[in-house]
Amino acid sequence: MTDKMIKKDQFMGFLHKLKNDYNVFIPAKEDDNFYNFTALGEKETFDFDYKNTRLSPKSFALPQSEKMFEFSLNKSDKDANILREAASDSSNTAIVGIRPCDANAFKVINANFDNPEFRDPWWTKHRDSLTLIGLGCNEPDSTCFCTSAGGGPFDEKGLDILLFDLDEHILIRPITKKGGKLLETADINQEADSSLKQKADEVKAASEKKISSHVATDKLKSKNALELFNASFWDDIAFSCINCGTCTFLCPTCWCFDIQDEVNYDQGDRIRNWDSCMFPLFTLHASGHNPRPEKVQRVRQRFMHKLKYYVDKYDNGIACVGCGRCVKYCPVNIDIREVIRLMNE
Amino acid sequence: MMDYSNKIKEIAKKLLEEKTVDSVIGFKKGTLPMMTMPILINEPGKTDDLYWDSFCNMNLANYLPKRAEKVGIFAKGCDSRNIVNHIVENQIKREQLHIIGIPCEGMLDKRKIRALLGEKELKEVSESKTSVTLKGEGFEETIEKKDYLQDNCKTCLHRNPVIYDELLGDLLAENQGPDPYDDVEQIEKIGSGERWDFFQGLIKNCIRCYACRNACPLCYCPTCFVDESDPQWVGKSDDSVDTMTFHLLRAYHCAGRCTDCGACEQACPMDINVRLFTRKLNKDALKLYGWEAGLKLDERPPLDTYRPDDYDEFIR
Repeated sequence: MTDKMIKKDQFMGFLHKLKNDYNVFIPAKEDDNFYNFTALGEKETFDFDYKNTRLSPKSFALPQSEKMFEFSLNKSDKDANILREAASDSSNTAIVGIRPCDANAFKVINANFDNPEFRDPWWTKHRDSLTLIGLGCNEPDSTCFCTSAGGGPFDEKGLDILLFDLDEHILIRPITKKGGKLLETADINQEADSSLKQKADEVKAASEKKISSHVATDKLKSKNALELFNASFWDDIAFSCINCGTCTFLCPTCWCFDIQDEVNYDQGDRIRNWDSCMFPLFTLHASGHNPRPEKVQRVRQRFMHKLKYYVDKYDNGIACVGCGRCVKYCPVNIDIREVIRLMNE
Repeated sequence: MMDYSNKIKEIAKKLLEEKTVDSVIGFKKGTLPMMTMPILINEPGKTDDLYWDSFCNMNLANYLPKRAEKVGIFAKGCDSRNIVNHIVENQIKREQLHIIGIPCEGMLDKRKIRALLGEKELKEVSESKTSVTLKGEGFEETIEKKDYLQDNCKTCLHRNPVIYDELLGDLLAENQGPDPYDDVEQIEKIGSGERWDFFQGLIKNCIRCYACRNACPLCYCPTCFVDESDPQWVGKSDDSVDTMTFHLLRAYHCAGRCTDCGACEQACPMDINVRLFTRKLNKDALKLYGWEAGLKLDERPPLDTYRPDDYDEFIR
């Protein structure tokens, strides 16, 4: 597959054409002061200067709440007490403008939800319906540390298509078959000329140089887990933590969930909801015992999971893609880069 | 307010050296512009970490419950009122505290500054008495502090700490109105259906992360009602009924206790004006009982007292 190009002023036309075959989502502000992925309607336009969405796009494959099953407790129903799989939409969806870090996050989560041991049918069904059309980051923020987290501002590995914003033109690089198919469907077939390709290389190299935040993760794998677990710095890190779910809910790689039955009279739903290791209820046993009763244990868990247990279990790098959301929006400024530094020391 | 930083370091060092306190709770400069981090210091050698500017938005009283040692704490007007709340509600003992009061000219709202800058990244922030200069790649902008104060600071009537053992700086003249409940009255005026829609719209972005609750010094219940599993009072999904239940019940639990410190709004990652829930109750507490939370050590809040001689017949 070869690089394609279109003029920037044709981009909205391309997106609207895509709507014939895909649900198309783009970053948009609506009436808020921040971007989130929004279904493309008539009034939305694509803002190439957007930095990133406030919420990560993980919810496309791992919704905050998802009905898994329905059931009836009415004994006169013939399928009483039997779980029926709930209907869900998994029609083709294109996420346009996803940042490479967030696309990489799908890979990180995938290691947990789709591996030789387990295959999560809800995750895989949603994931398979998505075509990720990434927008490389010409102007990364100072909180971006993707290059320290196995990615980069133009990293291709989680994407189906990568877009380069090159002034008047967009270079469109198909990466997977799925991406190639989308471009065919939308009749994107003008080959990128060599000068545009060269420009793309230059923009990419310049952007990588602009990443100013670097953290070393090289020693995490060889560290002794128990020593890290018992390290003295956790109390200091945890003091300011208010144990809210901002970091986990904004994080593109936090995948933990809780399954709840909600019953209305004799009809019920089994729902999977995002959960957070910051919440005391996360580990509360039915006996009433809680193995992580204090916040320091919960804070430690979040970082140990991302930066040690995941590293050891999957040998796939850290479970952080360096998007910087938790760094920016933690209300008490717990900066994961500082935690990585302490753990990797 | 920047010049408070050095004094704060000195005071904390002295308190720890002279063993007046075992630890000091204050703020540390954040790793990003407009960010600060609450910290606990228990060695005189580490007091240089302490810091103060107009982004010390969190309420340090939140870190007091369950502390067993003698604690020094830096307190703005609102923090000090929450300390009074904690003492009245038996969350900490007065004699355990050494309160260093900080008269406060208001904290700046990072949400408003983010909205001003849009996608431009703020790399450096510096402040003078009345203005703040924002710098980043290709821009430098100076804004007036008064235009970017947190909304609660704009209407604050208690900028001076109400309880303290020592004071940092001079007491300020308190604001004398205007009536700080204009916005609540606007909402009261609209019809009930429209009002319901207004509040539904207010929480449309809520992700149930509970940052508002957890940043709030009032929310110290050992187990919050939303975290009860046996019985479970409220659903855990993103159903708007459950989300609204959380916000309404939390607000009612704060009735007559909220000091309008604004930590809930500053903590919210989705920029929700959660104060609109609690402010109506603050207004009612004021209008019905002449009560402002956290001003008196010797009186219990109106909604947790019972008097056999109450003048209202229905309650006797």
